[in-house]
Amino acid sequence: MNNTNKENSLWAAIKIGLLGGAVALFISLVGMAEVFSKRDVVEKTMTLGQFVLLAISVASGLLAARRTAALLDKPNTASQAAAGLVAGFFSAAILTLFVVIGAKINIRTVFLNASPGLYSMLTLNQGVSGVWILPVAGAVSGLLGALSLSLPNAVRRPLFHAILFIFFMALFSGLFRVVMINQSGFWEKTAKYLFSQTGMTRPGAAIFFALVAAISAFWSAKGQAIKTDVANLPKGGQIGLRVIAFAVIAFIALGLPLVSGAFIAQVIVIVALFILMGLGLNITLGFAGLLDLGFVAFYAIGAYTVGLLTSYGQYGLQHISFWAAIPLAVLVAMAAGFTLGLPVLGVRGDYLAIATLGFGEIVRLLAGSDFLAKYFGGPQGIIGIQKPCIGVLGEFTKVDVPRVCYSLFDAAKPGIELGTPQSIYYIAVASAILIAFVSWRLRESRLGRAWMAIREDEDVAEALGVNLIQTKLLAYMLGAAMAGLGGAIFATLIGSIFATSMQLIVSINVASLIIVGGMGSIPGVIVGAIALIGLPELLREVSEFRYLLYGATLIIMMLAKPEGLWPSKTTQRELHHLDAGTSAE
Amino acid sequence: MTAILTTKNVTKRFGGLVAVNSVDFQIPDQSIVSIIGPNGAGKTTFFNCITGFGKPDEGEIIFEGAPIHGLRADQISHLGVSRTYQNIRLFAEMTALENILVGQHTFLHASWISAVLGLPSVRKEEKDALNEAKRLLDFVGLKGHGDTLARNLPYGAQRRLEIARALATRPKLLLLDEPSAGMNPSESEDLTVFIRRLRDEVGITILLIEHHMRVVMGISENITVLDYGEKIAEGSPKEIQSNPRVIEAYLGRGAATEGMEDAHERHQKKGG
Repeated sequence: MNNTNKENSLWAAIKIGLLGGAVALFISLVGMAEVFSKRDVVEKTMTLGQFVLLAISVASGLLAARRTAALLDKPNTASQAAAGLVAGFFSAAILTLFVVIGAKINIRTVFLNASPGLYSMLTLNQGVSGVWILPVAGAVSGLLGALSLSLPNAVRRPLFHAILFIFFMALFSGLFRVVMINQSGFWEKTAKYLFSQTGMTRPGAAIFFALVAAISAFWSAKGQAIKTDVANLPKGGQIGLRVIAFAVIAFIALGLPLVSGAFIAQVIVIVALFILMGLGLNITLGFAGLLDLGFVAFYAIGAYTVGLLTSYGQYGLQHISFWAAIPLAVLVAMAAGFTLGLPVLGVRGDYLAIATLGFGEIVRLLAGSDFLAKYFGGPQGIIGIQKPCIGVLGEFTKVDVPRVCYSLFDAAKPGIELGTPQSIYYIAVASAILIAFVSWRLRESRLGRAWMAIREDEDVAEALGVNLIQTKLLAYMLGAAMAGLGGAIFATLIGSIFATSMQLIVSINVASLIIVGGMGSIPGVIVGAIALIGLPELLREVSEFRYLLYGATLIIMMLAKPEGLWPSKTTQRELHHLDAGTSAE
Repeated sequence: MTAILTTKNVTKRFGGLVAVNSVDFQIPDQSIVSIIGPNGAGKTTFFNCITGFGKPDEGEIIFEGAPIHGLRADQISHLGVSRTYQNIRLFAEMTALENILVGQHTFLHASWISAVLGLPSVRKEEKDALNEAKRLLDFVGLKGHGDTLARNLPYGAQRRLEIARALATRPKLLLLDEPSAGMNPSESEDLTVFIRRLRDEVGITILLIEHHMRVVMGISENITVLDYGEKIAEGSPKEIQSNPRVIEAYLGRGAATEGMEDAHERHQKKGG
C-alpha cells in the first residue's frame, strides 16, 4: 500500500515538473523570456527572465511537495524535499532538451523566437557545454520551493511577500526611477542608489527585501491586535483616523501628476476612462444582465459630440467650450442608449450580444465612412479639439486657429488651459470618482434592485410589478451616459478623434475588465481597469504579449475565482447593519 | 359573495397542443380555492394566463370587474394579483430582504435622479420600505435571515420567502403554485395554518395548485379539477372526493374504489 503510494507521489512530482517545464518552454518560445531577460531584477545578478523561469521551478517544487504531503500516509520533510527536487529537475529538463536539440537542429524556421539570444540566456552565456546549469538550477529551485513548505508560517509569509514585492519592483523600477530622478537632489541620489538603468541595484534590492519582509512579519504578528485596537477606539477616534486616511489619499491623488510626468498621468487618465466605461457597462451588464458588445459606440458618440461641438478645425460646428459640451455629450450618448435599447428590448441572451455588436460596428463604420465624411471627417477624423480652459475663451476667429484662453479676472492675461495629460488627469479622476458614487447610489436604489431582479429572472421581476421597458431603457441610457462622458474626456485628452480607435476590441476589453473585477461590483470595475488596462500600459516590455496575458488571466480567473477579484457581496451593505440593529433590539 | 376573478372560455394553445381548453372559472372574494389535476393537466398554464406570463389565445379574464387578459404582467401585478412558482424562482444572488424589496417596487416612487442625490424623501421611503420588508420577513417566520442570499436559504425557507415577496406587492388575490411541494407532513400542516391566516387576518383571496390531498381537502372551500386542459369537475372537497370523473382522471377507468390519497401518490410516482 505504502509502496504504491510512493510510486504515485513520484509520478505526481514528475507530472507537475513536466507541466511547469511546458509552461517555461512556452514562455521561452513566444519570446517572453528573452524580452524579460533585458530587464534586471538585481543588477549584475539576476534578470527578470531568469527570475520568472526559476519561479516556475520553485512553484513546481512547492506544488509537488504539497501533493506528496496529500498522497503519503506519513509525509516527512525528506520525502517532500525529494518530490520538490524531482519536480524542479523535470521543470528544467524540458528546457535543457530544447537547448540541446536547438544546438543541433535549426528550429528557428518554425519558432521565430528560438534565437541564439534565448539559448545563451538559458545557459547563462555558456553555450551548449554549459547546459547542465539548467537542470541543476531547476532542481535546486524545486528543492527550495519544497523546503519552504516546512518553514513556519511566520517566516514563510514575509519571505513570500518580499519576493513578490521584489518582482513587482523589478517590473516597475524604470517608472519609479524616472519619477524620482526628475525630482533631482535627494530623490535623484536615492533613485541612483536603489535603481540601475535596467532594474534594482544590489543594495536597493536588499533594502526592499528587508523592508517588506520586516513589515510583513510585523503585521502578521501584530496586525490582529492593531485591528482590534482600532475597532475599540471611540467613535471620534475612528472618524479621525478615517479623515487622516482620506487626507493622505487625497494628497497623493492631487499631487501625483505634479511629480509623475506626462506618461504616468496619461496612463492614469486612460485607466480612469476605462473605469468610466466599465462603470457604464457595469450598469447594463453587471446590474441588469444585458450583455452589450457594442458598448464602444457610446464612447464614440460622446467623443464625436465633443469633437463636433468644440473643434476649431474644419468640422467644428459650434465652437463652444469643453465645459458646455460635456453635458451635451452625455445627453447625446443617453439618447443613443435609448435608440439602441428600444429595438432590442425583447431580445435576450446571445441574440442581444449579436444585436448590440452590430450597433457598435454600425456607429464606427458610419463615423469613418466616406459617405458621412463631410460631417464626421471620415477616415481623417476630427482634429483640433479645443482644450478645456479655466477662464474665458476668446472668440473663434478662423478655422485651424485655437481659441485663446484668457484669465477669468484679467482679460489681458492667459487663463489656465488644461492641455497636458497631467491636467486632464484631474478631470478624468474626478469624473471617475463622481460616476462611481452615482453607480453606488443607483445600486442601492429601487432602480438598482429592479435591475438586479431583471438580471436574475426577468419574467418574475415583471410579475412583481417591474416595468421591463422602462427599467431596461434606463439601464441602457445611464450606462451609455457614463461611457459618453468617458469618450468626451478622451476627445480632449487626445485632441482629435478617429473612427479607427473605436474598435470592437475596446468593448471586449471593457467586458473583460468587468468580469475580472467582479460582475456588478463597483470596486471590481476599478480593480479590473487597473489590472487589465493600467498594468499593460505601464509595462511597455509586455505590451507585445498583452492579449496572451489577457487570455491567460481570464482563463485562470474563470477557473480559480469566477466571482472576480473584488466581488460585490464581500462588502455587505447598510442593510446588514440595519437588520442586525433591529434583531438585537 | 361576489367573484374577485372570473375566467370565461379561457383557452391556451402551444402549437397543436391545447394546454387549457375553454375553462370557465370563478373565485369568490375572500375564499380559498384549489385547482387540482394530474401532471400536465394545464394547471400552471392556467396560472400563467391569469398572471400575464402568456396571454390566453381565447377567452376573457376579469379581475374585480375589469378585463386583464390583454395586460402585461407588471400591470396585472399593480392591480393586485401576485403569485409564487412551482419550481422556486427567487432572485438567487440577492439577499432575502432585497427579494422582498423588489416586490415593493410599485409602491416606491423615487426617480433615479432623486436617488442619486439622496434626497430626504428618498431616504425616508427606503427606510419605510426596509421596515415593511422586515415585517414581512418576520410574518413568514424568517426573522434574522434578511441578509442571507436567497440561494443559501434552506428549501422550506425559500418557499416562505417567495410568499413574503409575493405579499410585498400587496395582492388582493394570491396564486400559490404547489406551495407544499417537498414538505413533510408537519411542515404542510404549518403551511395550511399559515394560508388560513393570510385569508382571515390579511384578507387575501387564495388560489392554490396543490398535489398534497391532505392540504387541499383540509383547506379549500372550493375545488376545480382540470384534466387535459379541461375543467372536469367543480365543487366542495366532499363532492370532489366522490366524483367518479375525478377518480377516473387520476386512476383510469375501473379503479374508483381506492382512496384519492393513495391513488394520487401512485400517480405521482408513475409521473415523476
